[in-house]
Amino acid sequence: MHTSPPATVEGEAHENPALLHHFATEEQQKNAASLGMWLFLITEIMFFGGMFCAYLVYRYAYFGDFAAASSSLDLKLGTINTIVLIGSSLTVAMAIRCAQVGKQKAIVGYLVLTIILGVAFLGIKAIEYKQKFDEHHVPGLANFHLEGHVPRHADVPVNQNHAQIYFSLYFAMTGMHALHMIIGVGLFAYLTYKAYKGRYGPGYYTPLENGGLYWHFVDIVWIYLFPLLYLIDRHP
Amino acid sequence: MHRPATWPRRPRNRKFQVTSMATAVLETGERETYLNREYGIKSWLLTVDHKRIALLYLMGITFFFFIGGFFALLIRLELLTPAGDLVQADTYNKLFTMHGQVMVFFFLIPAVPAVLGNFLIPIMIGAKDLAFPRINLLSWYLYIIGGILMVYTILAGGVDTGWTFYTPLSTEFLKTNVTTAALAVFVSGFSSILTGLNFIVTTHRMRAPGMTWNRLPLFVWAHYATSIIQVLGTPVVAIAIVLVALERLFHLGIFNPTLGGDPLLFQHLFWFYSHPAVYIMILPGMGIISEIVCCFSRKRVFGYKAMAIALLGIAVVGFLVWAHHMFVAGISLYAALIFSFLSYFVAVPSAIKVFNWTSTMYKGSISYQTPMLYAFGFIGLFTMGGLTGLFLACLGVDVHVTDTYFVVAHFHYIMVGGMVMAYLGGMHFWWPKISGRLYPEGWGRLAALLVFVGFNLTFFPQFILGYMGMPRRYWDYSHSPEFQILNVLSTAGATILAVGYLLPMIYFLWSMRYGKPAPDNPWNAAGLEWTIPSPPTTFNFEEQPVVTWEAYNYDELDQRREEVPVAH
Repeated sequence: MHTSPPATVEGEAHENPALLHHFATEEQQKNAASLGMWLFLITEIMFFGGMFCAYLVYRYAYFGDFAAASSSLDLKLGTINTIVLIGSSLTVAMAIRCAQVGKQKAIVGYLVLTIILGVAFLGIKAIEYKQKFDEHHVPGLANFHLEGHVPRHADVPVNQNHAQIYFSLYFAMTGMHALHMIIGVGLFAYLTYKAYKGRYGPGYYTPLENGGLYWHFVDIVWIYLFPLLYLIDRHP
Repeated sequence: MHRPATWPRRPRNRKFQVTSMATAVLETGERETYLNREYGIKSWLLTVDHKRIALLYLMGITFFFFIGGFFALLIRLELLTPAGDLVQADTYNKLFTMHGQVMVFFFLIPAVPAVLGNFLIPIMIGAKDLAFPRINLLSWYLYIIGGILMVYTILAGGVDTGWTFYTPLSTEFLKTNVTTAALAVFVSGFSSILTGLNFIVTTHRMRAPGMTWNRLPLFVWAHYATSIIQVLGTPVVAIAIVLVALERLFHLGIFNPTLGGDPLLFQHLFWFYSHPAVYIMILPGMGIISEIVCCFSRKRVFGYKAMAIALLGIAVVGFLVWAHHMFVAGISLYAALIFSFLSYFVAVPSAIKVFNWTSTMYKGSISYQTPMLYAFGFIGLFTMGGLTGLFLACLGVDVHVTDTYFVVAHFHYIMVGGMVMAYLGGMHFWWPKISGRLYPEGWGRLAALLVFVGFNLTFFPQFILGYMGMPRRYWDYSHSPEFQILNVLSTAGATILAVGYLLPMIYFLWSMRYGKPAPDNPWNAAGLEWTIPSPPTTFNFEEQPVVTWEAYNYDELDQRREEVPVAH
């Protein structure tokens, strides 16, 4: 299918029903779709970039308070989630590979696995949020209070305002990340349905590839979020 | 046309590709076009045709232009007298805020790209549509949803943050509809991002055979540069506005100094987009002017490559000047020095453009149709706006005129004198192609003249007012009644300007029914869009065009038409 010569005359019957009318060839359509996806990911980098910028400014200004607040996060759950997410990136890559070599059933299997891992990540994240809520670590609430002192300065108590800024950024960044995960799970539910209908194979798998790019991007954001939020000045 | 004997001639074998026009004919006997192919509201609201989406945008944009203009008129009426007698201070704050937000986010930013860019870019590069037609429709819906939120904000009592949403004023102190206004800007921002993304991919992937980067019309280059800014800048303001909304809703302290936050951080994030955003507004206008100046001077643009590089240069350097909005906000002096230097630097590519338009006209065979009158207006007013921008880039002068009417006059010379002039010029230039009808030329010239006179009368006095020390955003200047005469002049000018803007809307609508049918190429202009019928068919080209000529090949064009006299 992908070796068919470029269609020159409009209205000629195309083998691939996915070829839209305004593209001359399948290759042109595929290239347009991937360039569009990469550009979209650049906008996403800029979107998260604003929050990373705010994080850097305040981490530099209020390092001790940020370290204290960071230590209150559940490192075990965060680590498990990191592994879950990297695993889901692997299953996406496997799904695309299966499409390339034409294993139709395996595509569906790997996509379902991806969705399961994505939902697991969100579930663990929800447990972490619940913990923060119970510990009165939610910024903006009247009962906000972070016990303790700045690491290695036992005489310096945590500044509650600065700790609130840390948790504001924590919830904004992980919340925005979780929102992207939810969108991604929805996207993969759609792709799974299409794959189940036998839509993807060696000749056409652009949507899978673009969905995969999106998922890898969300994964990479987490790979930055995890050390920046969980691992500030932690010592065993 | 006077042609020096030394001009090199192009090889004669470079001819226009003549497309065969075996177009379909409707039952009524009319030729089938994108306008009459389908009827009914569904055929418009669910269309993926870039030309129809452009017209949908045109309606929204015209609506918001008059909403924003209405607020401007109320502002000018209030300032007619020194006392604050027409409206109260709070109402006045809302008026200039909503004027700014409506005009910036719902008129200036989308106007040229979403209407003319949408309509013309695929045709100019020889494509049937944009790369992502459905995303194009989605971005119109996002624009409309954002617009509805803005209208809701206005009807629910307005918002008075100033168009800049500065914190902690916007997050801590105001009880007005800040959140919905922020949401409106956020949603319409995504419309802008998707349009930019679509244009970049279209320019890369959809060009016709032979349409190399060096043959692209400057209009396309301008939109390419604009799209880069839209894609890179808009997400940053989006997240800044999300943080403002979160801070307001959940009483966070990210930008609140009493809670350890930094209001300057918000200003940095805001201007990181909002300064490049002024280039989103002006670059497409520069593209239009290049097309018009070449056509009505019958010459190839002077320094094509320099023009294209200058467009990209403005887009890139424009990203590095944002803090000149914050010289008095307490940023470090060394940072201010660097931003001052970079702000001067961005004037270089802008000046290249002005010089090259002028050089294009030099020894050209100039005619004075309406689009060209707007182009003249643009070049003059943009130069004024740009040069006064240099005053503001200078640290010492900026301290003196910060937040005065000098700044107001400066950016209105760029936004209104530049961008709106270019938009109207472009609308007149391509109206025959869009609608298939000619607008009345006499009325067109009259309106162009009224806009030019009205504009200068409105905004030139504001330079003087600002330099004398009248602050912006004041509704009452009874402590210094000597400002009144200049304010009266300004208000009188605004009235003339309003008439100048209403006229085109009236005669464009009139021409849709009563205008003379337009020929395919009423201006004998170069460019693929003039090789297809007016109005175009749904898929633009019957056959895939193959480009074998450079952009703006006017000497060749006129040579081929020497026998046919052209009425100028």
